[in-house]
Amino acid sequence: MVPVLAVAAVGVVMIVAVVLIVAALVYYLVSVILALRAITAGLDEVIAGVSEIVEKSEPVNGIVTTINQQLDAGVDALEGLLVKKAGMADAVGLVEGLYAGAAAAGFRNFPESTAVTAPRIAEVYTKGTLTLARLGREAPVAAASPAGPVLRHIEAGSLAARQLYPEIRQSRPERLARSPVIGTDAPVQYEQRDDIGAPRKRLPDR
Amino acid sequence: MTLWWIGDVVLLVIILPVVVYLLQRVLAAARSIVPSVQAIAAVAARGSQDLDAAALLLTTQDQATQTIAGVANYGGSLDVILDDAG
Repeated sequence: MVPVLAVAAVGVVMIVAVVLIVAALVYYLVSVILALRAITAGLDEVIAGVSEIVEKSEPVNGIVTTINQQLDAGVDALEGLLVKKAGMADAVGLVEGLYAGAAAAGFRNFPESTAVTAPRIAEVYTKGTLTLARLGREAPVAAASPAGPVLRHIEAGSLAARQLYPEIRQSRPERLARSPVIGTDAPVQYEQRDDIGAPRKRLPDR
Repeated sequence: MTLWWIGDVVLLVIILPVVVYLLQRVLAAARSIVPSVQAIAAVAARGSQDLDAAALLLTTQDQATQTIAGVANYGGSLDVILDDAG
């Protein structure tokens, strides 16, 4: 009877051990499955986001290439025009006067421009000329642009500066009294006073 | 009979802890991936939003073309009205 109970006890212990192992397997594997499902859901979101990125960035290369080609053409035209009209030396000097150190880089389509000693244009032309040239860098191109106004007001450039001062006559001149009319044909005539210009009757106290 | 007991002890003392340990490691690794994937998804979404302005490149392209055309006309006029150097 004792061996039978012993065998039964061994068997029960083994069954308990196996059940414990299976229970651990079930618990952890189900947990892993849930984690993998969460990962799958996250990866679905990642794929959606990356797909949008790919879709949105698809035309960028072609557009940027086209813009660069257009800008290259513009640079070529402006460089050629500047060199043609001003001559190589003055062109280099003008660029150097506007952007110090730019003469060392030279013009892109004129490799020989790097060997030109830039004349000091700033000493030949007035500062105002260079300032206008610098403003022109921003204004004439933008004036033809449909994008909107240029950086400075072309037609009323002084209004912004005048509005910095107290409001007297810059925007409402019609409220001011008219200037008096003087002269022999003035509508109001005053008699000349004899005491004006005559010696003082009493000197001021010191 | 003794071998059975030894087997039971091995099962309970060695195999069960090893199985539990390995499964814990697998579960921890799987759970550690989840926040990383969620962070990547958020970054991808923000990156996609950042590229919303890429469509405006078409407008930029048109404006660049028109601007260069204006510059070309401007340059052409200057070429006519200004004398060449030298």
